[in-house]
Amino acid sequence: MSFLNNLITGVSLGGIYAIIALGYTMVYGIAKMLNFAHGDVIMVGAYVCFFAVSSFQLPPAAGVLLAMALCTVLGVVIERLAYKPLRQATSLAVLITAIGVSYFLQNGAQILWGAAPKSFPSFFSFGGSNSVSLFDGGLNISYAAMVTVAACLVIMAALTFFTGKTKLGKAMRACSEDKGAAQLMGINVNATISMTFAIGSALAAVAGVLMCSAYPTLGPTTGSLPGIKAFTAAVFGGIGSIPGAFLGGILLGIIETFAKAYISTDLSDAVVFAVLIVVLLVKPSGLLGRYVPEKV
Amino acid sequence: MAMLKVEDIHVYYGSIHAVKGVSFEVNEGEVVTLIGANGAGKSTVLNTVSGLLHPRTGSVRFLDQDLKGAAPHKVVERGLAQVPEGRRIFLQMTVEENLEMGAYTRPSTSIVPGIEDVYKRFPRLEERRKQVAGTLSGGEQQMLAMGRALMSSPKLLMLDEPSMGLAPILVEQIFDIIRELHAAGTTILLVEQNAQAALSVADRAYVLETGRISLSGTGAELMASDQVRKAYLGG
Repeated sequence: MSFLNNLITGVSLGGIYAIIALGYTMVYGIAKMLNFAHGDVIMVGAYVCFFAVSSFQLPPAAGVLLAMALCTVLGVVIERLAYKPLRQATSLAVLITAIGVSYFLQNGAQILWGAAPKSFPSFFSFGGSNSVSLFDGGLNISYAAMVTVAACLVIMAALTFFTGKTKLGKAMRACSEDKGAAQLMGINVNATISMTFAIGSALAAVAGVLMCSAYPTLGPTTGSLPGIKAFTAAVFGGIGSIPGAFLGGILLGIIETFAKAYISTDLSDAVVFAVLIVVLLVKPSGLLGRYVPEKV
Repeated sequence: MAMLKVEDIHVYYGSIHAVKGVSFEVNEGEVVTLIGANGAGKSTVLNTVSGLLHPRTGSVRFLDQDLKGAAPHKVVERGLAQVPEGRRIFLQMTVEENLEMGAYTRPSTSIVPGIEDVYKRFPRLEERRKQVAGTLSGGEQQMLAMGRALMSSPKLLMLDEPSMGLAPILVEQIFDIIRELHAAGTTILLVEQNAQAALSVADRAYVLETGRISLSGTGAELMASDQVRKAYLGG
């Protein structure tokens, strides 16, 4: 039974990683950059939702929508101001800029909202209980875990439909494969990149709320470690691949939870990264990634 | 009135002066070719017309409008399509999706009839319509690249080295298609290293050498020119 409990915890933690990793991987796929500020957008989303609900007494659903809207704007603005001027620059310059944006957001949050962590309200409780108990308490499934898994599946299905069936989604795939050729088709590449940041950031807001519902401490650096883990998940699954990010996120959550339960709480992150190293040694492009040779 | 008028353009890659004052024009219904050796600046000229590169000085006018500063997607909207060097089809997308991308600037109602037209011209593509483009042979990929460009119903079609890397029989097929498009009234600007084939389909031709036009004339004139024969036609 404890195995099942751990598996459920792992899948729901993995679901959060997966939603964050989708943002990482989509932005990487199209802009070929690692947006290390992505984790901090999660934190901003969680704060927006926190204040919407606890200070302005909005219903949680409205708080989530508001967080998504503001994070969308934030993501687009970050891309426009920080990354777009560097479109022709070396990838190292873009990487350092992304780290800079990450610190900017963390410090900005600290100035605006203080360094002391907030206690995030629990959205997902019915009748005073946070979870459903089965088998006389042998198996506990939290509502937050159910919502996370459901959200993850909906997002995955929506993104699969978007990239596979819609004109804009196909244009996004075309841009991620060959920006020059996409431009020659009449696709506005800059607008497509903005749209990708918008989608990724809206997802980050969702992830922020889900994460803080499950692990209710919210501070200015709340997004940074999950951000790095989700980046790992994206690489694990094959960076640039949407199903890869999904799979990588879920597996990472499960591995981390199992490592905590059966090996050592302190070593769980080390185990996660050890698995990543083994995967990359065996398959350098990640689980579902494609090896694309560099053009010379 | 020339459909496309390129006047004294100078194009740089950083400090490298790649195109040094090139002027030429394409009239409606013509096939015009730019021939020249590798590195002469042919693709640079096409990419400048397409708006992927911008000339430091000089102008590109299309249908009597200056394209100065126009983004590449705006250039496509105005009716200028390019089949880029190396085809550059979207290898991970299906044949049909590639064609849809070609019609990106067109109303969605034009996609189905456009695809039917392309399939009529290239029946092979219809057989492979659900296949991922990366699995096509070189010749099929070139057909897809041309079909994709035709999906935008261009007023002027620019082809960059369509024969590159293809077996002789396929090169012949590609040039037959160019003749058919010409006969159907499509205006074409063709860039080629295969001077023989290019001159045989061209109404007019320009020879590009290290960033400058060194010679121009009708296709037949250049075919007969000693200079061209020695340099590009193997004696």
